[in-house]
Amino acid sequence: MADNIILIGLAGVLTAAAPILFAVIGETISERAGVINLSVNGLILLAAMAGFAVAVNTTNLILGFLAGMVVGGLVALVVAFCSITLHQSQVAVGFVLALLCRDLAYFLGNPYMGLPGPRLSSLHIPVLENIPILGPFLFRQDIITYLSILLVIAAYIFIYKTRPGLILRGIGERPSAAFARGANVNRLRYVYTVIGGMLVGMAGPVYSLSVKAGWKGTISGLDGLGWIALSITIFGGWNPIRAAFGAYLFAFLQWFGLYLQPQMPNIPSQVLQVAPFPLMILTLLFVNIGNTEWVNRMLAGLNEPTRRFISRILRSLSAKPPASLGVPFDQE
Amino acid sequence: MSKSRKILLDIGFQLLGVLLAVLFTTLILLFTGAPPLQTYKLIITGAFSSLNSISNDFVVWVPLILATVGLLVTFSAGLWNIGIEGQITLGAIFTTGLIRMLLDTSVPPLLIIFLSILAGMLGGAIWATLAGALKTFGGVNEIFGGLGLNFVATAFTLWLIFGPWQRPGVGSMSGTEPFPESLWLPQLPGLRMSLWSLLLGILAVVIIYMMLRSTYFGLKLKAVGKNIRAAFLLGVPTWQYMMLSFIVCGLFAGLAGAIQVVAVYHRLIPSISSGYGFLGLLVAMLVNYQAIWAAFIAFFYAALNIGAIQLPIVLKLDSTLSGILQGMLVLFVLIVDGVRQRLLKKRV
Repeated sequence: MADNIILIGLAGVLTAAAPILFAVIGETISERAGVINLSVNGLILLAAMAGFAVAVNTTNLILGFLAGMVVGGLVALVVAFCSITLHQSQVAVGFVLALLCRDLAYFLGNPYMGLPGPRLSSLHIPVLENIPILGPFLFRQDIITYLSILLVIAAYIFIYKTRPGLILRGIGERPSAAFARGANVNRLRYVYTVIGGMLVGMAGPVYSLSVKAGWKGTISGLDGLGWIALSITIFGGWNPIRAAFGAYLFAFLQWFGLYLQPQMPNIPSQVLQVAPFPLMILTLLFVNIGNTEWVNRMLAGLNEPTRRFISRILRSLSAKPPASLGVPFDQE
Repeated sequence: MSKSRKILLDIGFQLLGVLLAVLFTTLILLFTGAPPLQTYKLIITGAFSSLNSISNDFVVWVPLILATVGLLVTFSAGLWNIGIEGQITLGAIFTTGLIRMLLDTSVPPLLIIFLSILAGMLGGAIWATLAGALKTFGGVNEIFGGLGLNFVATAFTLWLIFGPWQRPGVGSMSGTEPFPESLWLPQLPGLRMSLWSLLLGILAVVIIYMMLRSTYFGLKLKAVGKNIRAAFLLGVPTWQYMMLSFIVCGLFAGLAGAIQVVAVYHRLIPSISSGYGFLGLLVAMLVNYQAIWAAFIAFFYAALNIGAIQLPIVLKLDSTLSGILQGMLVLFVLIVDGVRQRLLKKRV
């Protein structure tokens, strides 16, 4: 029996990680192109609300998902316009949009609070779902969960194994070099920011039409997840596979917190739910500490084998952001 | 271009930004089928129609301006202290903690209030130091370190409210047991407002205005913010200044949290920071980091918050409309400013 609870829990982790995956991969693509879309938190809420509202009004789930993507693309377009064309601070614009979209979601979503709506049913893959232990765990997810896994693989192949992916990395890393090789840097940045925003937007309806079906306004518990997605993007070192690992780790820790709940009835569930955050801070610390000056200075004082050992560990953990992240590029 | 013409042009662009913000908010109201004029009228009367509502504007203004002036310091150093929400929360926790400790002692109430406010400032500063240390020694971007610490602070509050500081009987989202009236910051008769907290708010504006404008500290801080590498080469101890800016901001944020406890809620509640930290970031951006303007814009934003309270009751609209207007204002001022700079550059 105990095994079963854990297996069901782990299946739940796959589902719970799906929306985070969409957001993190979307943000990864946008940041690879050199644009931070800091609006993610509000964007997901607005897309979740829009997706649910459209799905309720049209009773069509696909239109709901499309609505979420359109919202995400539009918000990303504003970020792109303000930062790429107008050269305003990406952080400033993104932060304003994060708050603005959140308030828009709660304001416009008010009439849809608590309404019954359509939700995605899980897709049972015939035959395979009957495999003992693994079957119910892996092959009774809804289609979005499968899509989220495919997205990770596709994004990885695109970024690292294709020519457009090479150019994408180029415009985030050394835009002037990419420009000299004939890439229209700013136009591509627009394209990837909007594509990234659409993927982040997908995360919204994945919540409101699947994982946490419905629109519950401020008590939906979605507020904050966008910020998590941004942290996981860094944790993932702008690499889709590593980002996916971060998303699953986060979803697992949240599930584990809930799993521990019955053992600690005195601790409110919200407390255990935030357990991943201190861990997130710690991992960000480990990812970044190798780049700081004082660590390098300290390492220089150690004897050779120790120094090499520690710096190898630090290097394997560390991740450097795209060199031109947040820096506008002037083509003229 | 003559100087007066340039100033007129600047004001014109600013006004255009405000107009566009109102226009878009109106479109949103029309989209939801709400009557825009009646909505705006309700916000204005809600914020200014009576002595009581005006005093409520100040109840919001004080913590908001405290957060804002603190943020002006970190902004000057080029840092995005998004962790300010958590710093406000920790201020409230420390304040509540000290009051609880001294509750049944013979310490005079006024001294308890004074000490608890100091404790609150300490709490805010500790949380800010943590974010600052993560940034300067850990290489963790202050945005993400601060965000994580915000969530931890919220969880800490909830744990206290439902755990060790639970109300006698069962814990509830309404917060901890309220303090006796002798431990409240003295209020104006019949109003929720306290002149003492108002005084602290005004004092904070003056201090930060002077500090950023006419001290060596302010100058060096701005040098760090403008060009950290150049500042370092000129002999400014950059990381020390960054840490200091975090600590100063944390002190003010902690004070805001303390005010929320001793002057507004008289207990610890789950959402004690009320989003004033994030709102303060908007205000600081809108005033282009000038302390004096911050006082007025913060009052306007506070009035919007108070004015919108009636919306759900009278018009069945969500009160987040005030947030939409607040956000739209900053967004369009940013956009219009960007357009203006592009146009000017083209002409040169």
